[in-house]
Amino acid sequence: MKLHEYQAKQLFDRVGIPVPFGVVARTPEEAGRCYETVRKQRLGGEGFVCNVKAQLHAGGRGKVGGVVAVRSAADAATAAAGLLGRRLVTKQTGAEGLPVSAVLVDERSTLARELYLALTIDRFHAQPMILASARGGMDIEDVAATAPSAIVRTPIEIAIGVSDAACAEIARQFQLTGEHPAICARVIRAMWEVFQAHDASLIEINPLGITTDNRLLAVDAKVTLDDNALFRHPELAALRDESQEHPLELKASQIGISYVGLDGNIGCLVNGAGLAMATNDIIKLSGGNPANFLDVGGGANVEQVTNAFAIILADTRVKAVLVNIFGGIMRCDWIAEGLLKATQQLEVKVPIVVRLQGTNVEEGRRLLTTAQRLNLISVNELADAARKAVELATA
Amino acid sequence: MSILVDKSTRVIVQGITGQAGAFHTEKMLEYGTHIVGGVTPGKGGTQVQGVPVFNTVRDAVRATRANATISFVPARFAYDATLEAIEAALPLIVIITEGIPTLDMVRIRQRIEGQPIRIIGPNCPGLITPGACKVGIMPGYIHRPGSIGLLSRSGTLTYDAVYQLTQVGLGQSTCIGIGGDPVLGSSFVHLLDLFERDPQTEAIVLIGEIGGTEEEEAATFINARVKKPVFAFVAGKMAPKEKRMGHAGAIIAGGKGTADEKFAVLRAAGVTIIESPALIGRTVLARLRPAHPAPSPAR
Repeated sequence: MKLHEYQAKQLFDRVGIPVPFGVVARTPEEAGRCYETVRKQRLGGEGFVCNVKAQLHAGGRGKVGGVVAVRSAADAATAAAGLLGRRLVTKQTGAEGLPVSAVLVDERSTLARELYLALTIDRFHAQPMILASARGGMDIEDVAATAPSAIVRTPIEIAIGVSDAACAEIARQFQLTGEHPAICARVIRAMWEVFQAHDASLIEINPLGITTDNRLLAVDAKVTLDDNALFRHPELAALRDESQEHPLELKASQIGISYVGLDGNIGCLVNGAGLAMATNDIIKLSGGNPANFLDVGGGANVEQVTNAFAIILADTRVKAVLVNIFGGIMRCDWIAEGLLKATQQLEVKVPIVVRLQGTNVEEGRRLLTTAQRLNLISVNELADAARKAVELATA
Repeated sequence: MSILVDKSTRVIVQGITGQAGAFHTEKMLEYGTHIVGGVTPGKGGTQVQGVPVFNTVRDAVRATRANATISFVPARFAYDATLEAIEAALPLIVIITEGIPTLDMVRIRQRIEGQPIRIIGPNCPGLITPGACKVGIMPGYIHRPGSIGLLSRSGTLTYDAVYQLTQVGLGQSTCIGIGGDPVLGSSFVHLLDLFERDPQTEAIVLIGEIGGTEEEEAATFINARVKKPVFAFVAGKMAPKEKRMGHAGAIIAGGKGTADEKFAVLRAAGVTIIESPALIGRTVLARLRPAHPAPSPAR
């Protein structure tokens, strides 16, 4: 689960990570008032500069007008009006973009330097690790690609925590002076505290700015939480913003189906994530385009198959459906019965190509064939099934 | 020979009284696995499928001399259940459970560091040595004893791969689903070494997926240490670039992670690439038994 910048900064503030003073607004009028609040809090005069920052679950907004500098309450309201209710497309959102329903109004500081600091899990070594680079800012991914050694990885021993030596090394790499090494160490330790306390999978501060008046500030903040651990953090569930999730994907996830919309016209219904990806692959290899990734889950019963069909067909671009089920414990004859009931109930009009394999496959195929549904075609081999689906979708 | 499990494996089932635990206990017994006991706190003294249930792993191991465990314990209790198995010094711990918090797995991995304990999973189908021992939830009948070692990150795609191998007449030494979670008990790398040393295993099939660096690490290892023929399919070639947050993922992967990149590094390590998920069995057969072309599939 992803948090918005303003939510992440609230968590930061609680553990003493310095963040720019800011207030969240959901209407242009509110944004105007927030500007005044921030200005007064920071003892700013006429023309005090604030940022109005679109809140969305993706990075890259700075490059597409998602952060606007303003110098008055009226400007703030205008900027907010331009962002709120819009969908913002960045290089991390996909083509549809994400809706903006809140903006963060905060003090804009002039930055002398931009650093990068993140905490995540090194999956392979099964260790949390700190990522640090003196070359933070909007182009950090380019740095990663062209000068990977400019990003230093420091593992954290989970039983021990962040060591003094690790903090000192990062401060040295950041070329920090004066008070800053100590503040930076506090920031790293506080990040680790947030990471553990909330079961995060990612905490990223980019940039960690050094202002021209020599303050160290978390200018932007990204936090992603481990969905598997949400059961032990009921208080965090309230931070979920469902508007940032694809409506069909959200609906599917609520009933235990994993669905991702793609841009083709062949709907896919598969059991198992790996097989579902492989099914998408083979459709492409056969010259077609999948409309979705869909993993119906382990217990592919009638109800679940019906639900899955409803989700697939909610996408009106779908011209044909490819069902690819490997029956293990879930027998193919049960699946066939489920398919027949589900497609009848939903009065499915598009052709459905079914490839069943595994337990009781003969009986499953027999059921499909004897039902004599014109639009239900049973094909034994995966490659043939994919070709058939592509043919039907392009017909 | 085979790896990790064979006729001498004595298995306890953690979470045996739950729905999944009881169901798969029955299936494993049917396959001939020696299920010697089960564990559910508070249910000690009862039986499931004629298998004695104990309150703790320690009691179960003491009474049954078990040397492996398979766990169906729900995610929120899985950490404690796994620690119990570690403390009882069981050398093989198979975790089927899905949805375990990542930091719990990090703590578990640190806990077994340097100990002779192998964890498979979590969120995996388990492992099977065909004809000898099944410690998992896969349909047993699709397997045949033979010489192909199979390692996979998937569930049903693994079954499909096994099915294809069996169809073309290639049996398996041991098949292992390593699981789909970010942090796993065992990686491809750890298990490739076991297959390389196993005299029964003639060749190894890897079924990978996009994301993470399992396949890249495997490629490095294969290049340096594996002499046996290795085949690989990586699912997700056509998946769109993930919608994401922040940069850390891209930075860690450092340009790795897509199916094309994984195929490229595997190919460079001398691995035979399987181009289509429908060609797993036939690709392996064509390379290993060039004199025996695959029967063309029934239409």
